[in-house]
Order: sequence, then structure tokens, then C-alpha cells
Amino acid sequence: MLYREAGQFKTSYAADQQIFPIRQDRIGILIILAIAFFAVPMLFSEYWLKAILIPFLIFSLAALGLNILTGYAGQLSLGSAAFMAVGAFASYNFMLRVDGMPILLAFIGGGLAAAAVGIAFGLPSLRIKGFYLAVATLAAQFFIVWLLTKVGWFSNYSSSGVITAQDMEILGYRFVTPEAKYLLVLAIVVVLALLAKNMVRSSVGRAWMAVRDMDVAAEVIGIRIMHTKLLAFAVSSFYCGVAGALYAFAYIGTVEPEGFSLDLSFKILFMIIIGGVGSISGAFLGAAFIVLLPIALDVIVQQWLAGVLPPSVSSNLQLIVFGGLIIFFLIVEPHGLARLWQIGKEKLRLWPFPH
Amino acid sequence: MKTKTLSKTLVGSVIVGGLLATAVADAFAQAKEQFIGLPSYRVGAYAAGGSGVFGGWIDYMAMINERDGGVGGVKLTWEECETEYNNARGVECYERLKKKGSTGNSVFQPVSTGITYSVLDKVVADKIPMVTIGYGRTDAADGRVFPWVFPMITTYWSQATTMVKYIGSKEGGIDKLKGKKIVYLYHDSAFGKEGLSVLEKQSQKHGFSFVPLPVAHPGNEQQSQWLKIRQEKPDWVILWGWGVMNPTALKAAAKTGYPREKMVGVWWSGAEEDAIPAGDASKGFTAAGFNVAGPNYPVIKAIQDKVYKQNKGNMEDKSRIGSVYYNRGVVHGIITVEAIRTAQGKYGKRPLSGEEMRWGFEHIDIDAKRLKELGAEGFMPNLKITCADHEGSGLVKYQQWDGKQWKIVSDWIEPDREMVRGMIEESAAKYAKEKGITPRDCSKEG
Repeated sequence: MLYREAGQFKTSYAADQQIFPIRQDRIGILIILAIAFFAVPMLFSEYWLKAILIPFLIFSLAALGLNILTGYAGQLSLGSAAFMAVGAFASYNFMLRVDGMPILLAFIGGGLAAAAVGIAFGLPSLRIKGFYLAVATLAAQFFIVWLLTKVGWFSNYSSSGVITAQDMEILGYRFVTPEAKYLLVLAIVVVLALLAKNMVRSSVGRAWMAVRDMDVAAEVIGIRIMHTKLLAFAVSSFYCGVAGALYAFAYIGTVEPEGFSLDLSFKILFMIIIGGVGSISGAFLGAAFIVLLPIALDVIVQQWLAGVLPPSVSSNLQLIVFGGLIIFFLIVEPHGLARLWQIGKEKLRLWPFPH
Repeated sequence: MKTKTLSKTLVGSVIVGGLLATAVADAFAQAKEQFIGLPSYRVGAYAAGGSGVFGGWIDYMAMINERDGGVGGVKLTWEECETEYNNARGVECYERLKKKGSTGNSVFQPVSTGITYSVLDKVVADKIPMVTIGYGRTDAADGRVFPWVFPMITTYWSQATTMVKYIGSKEGGIDKLKGKKIVYLYHDSAFGKEGLSVLEKQSQKHGFSFVPLPVAHPGNEQQSQWLKIRQEKPDWVILWGWGVMNPTALKAAAKTGYPREKMVGVWWSGAEEDAIPAGDASKGFTAAGFNVAGPNYPVIKAIQDKVYKQNKGNMEDKSRIGSVYYNRGVVHGIITVEAIRTAQGKYGKRPLSGEEMRWGFEHIDIDAKRLKELGAEGFMPNLKITCADHEGSGLVKYQQWDGKQWKIVSDWIEPDREMVRGMIEESAAKYAKEKGITPRDCSKEG
């Protein structure tokens, strides 16, 4: 009913190759974007914007970055948080050391710095695969956090090693209100997500997927392995770097290298596993699950169970329920939430006779 | 059919009536309630600290409600929010608690240096005072630059100077430190690095040699550091650890044969939870504290009487009442309640806003007489906050682990005020310049 495609004919290659070939999808995306850009900042409270939606968007972007590397190019990485740290500290230093640096350029600079570091730590991927590569990226995770703590220059010699992000200003407009910050983050995330979606549909993305599925075969059909793998590392780290810069500038404000710990890397990895490996929408669904669910559980527990249960039980109960739900979803749909939606959509397209 | 509709209407009206009644009750109750948001952490690596501190704090407020009917007739209410000691979750909790209660959250005390940094700018914009007792940003003690932040009682820098003084007293005078060697074994994080600069300055002043040794987080791997300590043969080791790093260090010291009597710990290494896991290895270890251990104080007795006798206490493990972390939580409670009391003296006995609470914190004056009234004589040091000095006394006491419990081995030790205050003002001035803040003129503050 919702997805009746009768009457939608594709008469040109362009029409056949567009991002959303089904008209309902196009309308749906436009409605979601319209809500996100106009309705949300008007209707949602400061708490929702600052504490829920901004981190959700930032982690979605980081998950998107990792999904490009792990989901599309098949290279397992445990260094996402470190690349975020590079982005945050690089943007901070660009703003600090270059007079009159535009903030957007600093974000891009942060992303490029993370991309350069990503390429360096992606080099082992040319020789090693799978779990061994994960260990190599683990080295990136520890090395980068250690370096940022060790070398005072990165934090402008602050005695405790933390950096305080500068104000965000574009063309004289200062982004201070939660609405403004939210819109800035949303705009960046939408542009980068669109870019990613197009990248994975293009020859670059197809090369990544070929390498993921079987690198020997990919090489045989003429794909340059080194170029493809390192490009995946660079693009992925760029996304993580921009996410890290936004994390520092638009969300927390003051960050320390320890904030970008292995825990955060694992969290981002869980996002794409839960959301869907090798799917753009999966990054968003996974981030929503990992970021929002613990908060929702905490609100429920503190509101209704605080007086009933002893405090240590209620806090641990959140972790138990959260862990249980992860296992539940992985059993019900090992390919992630995005796959769940995909199946639902297929059924809707065939409604009322799904098979 | 008819009875069904009738019962439906009845049920409906009862529900509506009930809702109205609770709404009215809420509105009525809100008029006389002071809300305190508690960003607690009861799970994860630092749960032992979190459950103790927040347990003691909640118990103290419950006792005030039970015994005195609140502060000046205003009941204290609170709500917890689980941060898991994670900065992002801490920010979420800060935002969630901000608007609760009739006047919003009146004070934010995260008990985590990371979260302190994460909300440092936000508390200024939202006009909510942030009190960081024994952690957080040291240079925030300069109240002219940081009007909204109160690193109370004593800061890491003050503590480091009292450590040097304590070691000096053990050596038979501060001048005897010349030529001695002190190793600084620290958690390699913002928290651990706090002690570096001030101890370096102290080493120049008193002429001892200073060897900093970082330990990577979480600190359960210290073999190379202790090998180095064995080579260096220091006269003293300062242990600046947190969580699992502390028992690991004590065990490693025992294995290396380094005497624990020559080890002095930061106050986050001086709890029962640090000493007991290391077993016999902790015997003789000395640690700093701005509160002492033990249940034999009138304030703890009052909590036992008024709260636990009625089965309302927050701690499930009642043996932890009177432990170092629990008592630290009681100190948090005392300071919060005293700030409310002080502010009520100016603004009247009603729920106070964050701005009014800030005034209260800035004018806290807990002298010896007041401490006695509170039943906390010797439990915590005197505390007097002013517009310029948001730290207060800076006093630190030392306790030694005798194998079963912490025993007080020193009186309140004064920090090297001159050096610490100079560093605080210098660092705060640098921050003010970076952020474009014009420091307040304290002579004009009321």
C-alpha cells in the first residue's frame, strides 16, 4: 500500500541510477530532512538538542566512517576513537595557531590530519588481514592517545593535558545556542552522509566491496589493492576525524585524550555491528541504539524504580537489559537493524502478498 | 453495556481526579523543596568510589530531612543519574538534571575530573554552581576568574605540598629533604599530571631530586616502573593513583621489597577499597585525606539513628558506613547543606536558584564551633570560602593503614599556600586571557 510502485517507470539511465530509485523513498527522505532541519530545532527542548541529538549525530558520523572501512572495504579497525582524537586535537591546533582560521576549514583540516594518520596506520593492512589487522589498529589507538598525552605541544602545554575548544563562528555568526549548534552538526553530517552514499555507489565503493569479498579476485580484475585499501583508511579516518572535531567543538567543549579511549572505539564498532555492517542507514540506526538506549533505560530506572530497587541494583539492571537487548537483536537479525528495515521494506513493496 | 460505560466513566474520573490531586500535591510540595541533582556512578571500574561517596551524601541529606525537616523548613529532594564515570554520559546527566525541581538543579558535583572539564563552560552559561571537592581543575580556586566553580577544601596542588611537608616531618624537618630522592608514581591522565608541576617546583625549593614515573591507564601493569624504582632507590615514593592502580602498586612494592612505610598516597588511593585488595602488602602505607575514616563521629551516629534505624539508608553493605569514601560523601552533604543554610540567611527560607546557591557557596564559613555543632569535629577541616579564594583551608590529614583500618598519624597539615596560590593565580590568568574573561573585582562583591 505504502510502497505501491505502480506507474513508476524508469525511462533513462539517470532515473535508474539515482540514489533512491523508489519515489516513496525520495519523499520519505525529504520529509525526514525537513523534520530534522525545521521541526526539530523549533519543537525540541534544549536538553534533547544538546544531550541527545547532537551526540547521536556525531556518533552516527563516526560510525559511518568506520562502516566505510569495515563494512564496505572489509578492514577491521579498533582505532576509530584515536582518529576522532586526531581530528579534535588537529582542529583545535589549527584554530589556535592559524590566525583567522575559518571553523569549517579547521574541521576539514582535522579530518585531513586524521586521514593522514589513518593512511600511516593502514599500511599494515597491505600485508595482514582480519584479527591481525585489528591488533595493528589497536596499536594506533594506544599510540595516538599516548602521544597526545605525552607531547605538550598538542594541548598547548596545558598542565592537565586537556584542550578547550574555541568558539565556532562562521561569517560573523557565533554558534552558541543549542539550536545553532545542532543545525551546524546536522548540516555537516547530512553532507558527509550524502557523499558517503554516493561514494559507495560509485567505482570507488565497488572496488572496496570487491576487495572486501575477495582481494585476490579483485586484484585479478585490475583493482589496485594498495590504492583501494589506503583510500578506505583515508576516507574512514577523515569521517572519524570530523566527528572528533565536532565532538570537541559542538558537544563537550573541553576534551582530554583519555576521553577517546578504547572503550569508545569498541562502542563505535558495536554501533555498526548492531546497526548493520556495510550500510549507510545502519550507522545511524546503530548510533541511535548505542547512544540513546542506555539514556532511555537510565531515565526509566531513575524515574520509576529508584525508590523500589536498591541503587546498585538499578544501575546494574540498566547494563543487564542493555546487554540482553544487544544479544536479542543479534539473534533475531545478525545483519543488523538496517537489514531488519530492508526486509520490512521488501515486504511492504510486495504487500498485500508478501512472500 | 450500561454498567460497562458507567464503570468506564468512574474509572476515568478517578484517574483524572488522581492526576489532578498529584498535580496539586506536586505544586504544593514544589514550593518547599530544594532539588539537588546527583550524577552518580555505581557501575564500572570506579563503582567502589561512586557508591560510597554518593551513598554517604544521600544518607546525610536524608538525615537532615528526617531530623530537622529539611533546611529551614525546605525539604531536600534529589535524583540520581548514572554517568558510568564517562564524560559524554556526564554531560547528558548535567543537561537532564538541569531543569528538574522547582528552581532547577542548584548544584552540580560530578566527583570526576573528566566530567568537571566537560561542563566547565556550561555551568557558567546556565548559572549553576559546580563544586568539586578534592578533584577537578585546580586553578579554578581563583574565584575571580572562575566565579561558578568551587574546588573546595583542598586542591591537588595544595595536597602535593602537604605531602612534601609530611615527608619532611618524617625525615626530621623540611630542611633534611636536601639530597633526598622522591619518586612520583602517577596515573598518566589529566588527574595524574596535576601533581607534576607543583612537585617539580617543590623539589627546586627544598633541594630533593624528583623522578616522575607515569603508569598507563588503568594501571594494572607496573612491572617496568617498579624495576626503575628498584634502580633509583628513592627515599620516598608518592603514589598518585586511582582505582585498580593502587592495590597493584602496593603489591608490586611488596614484591620489590620497597617499604610501604615510605610510600605516601594521594587521597584517591587512601580508601579501604584500595588497601584491602592488596592484603598484607598495604600494611604501613600512608595516604592523604581531607576527611578521616571511622564511624565514631556524632554526625555518623546521627545518620545511623535517624536513617538506618528506619531502614531508609542508601548503603546495602552497612559495614561501609564510616569508610573513607562514605565519609567523603558525608562531607559533600555537609558542604551542600551548609551552602543552602548560608544562602537562606540572605535570601529567605525558600527554594533557592543556582545563582543564590552560588552566593551561599561563596560565603560558606565552617569554623571549629560550627564543626562541633555539626558533629564533625576532627572529621573534616575548617572551611572558609571567599570571593577570591574558592578553595578554603587547603588542610590535609594523613592516615596509615594498620592492616585492618586507617589510623590518623598526623594533624591537619597546612599547604605551601604562598607557592600554590601563586601558581593558581598565574594559571587562572592564562586561562582568562585565552578565553577573554575579565576577572571580577572582589572588593566590589557583596
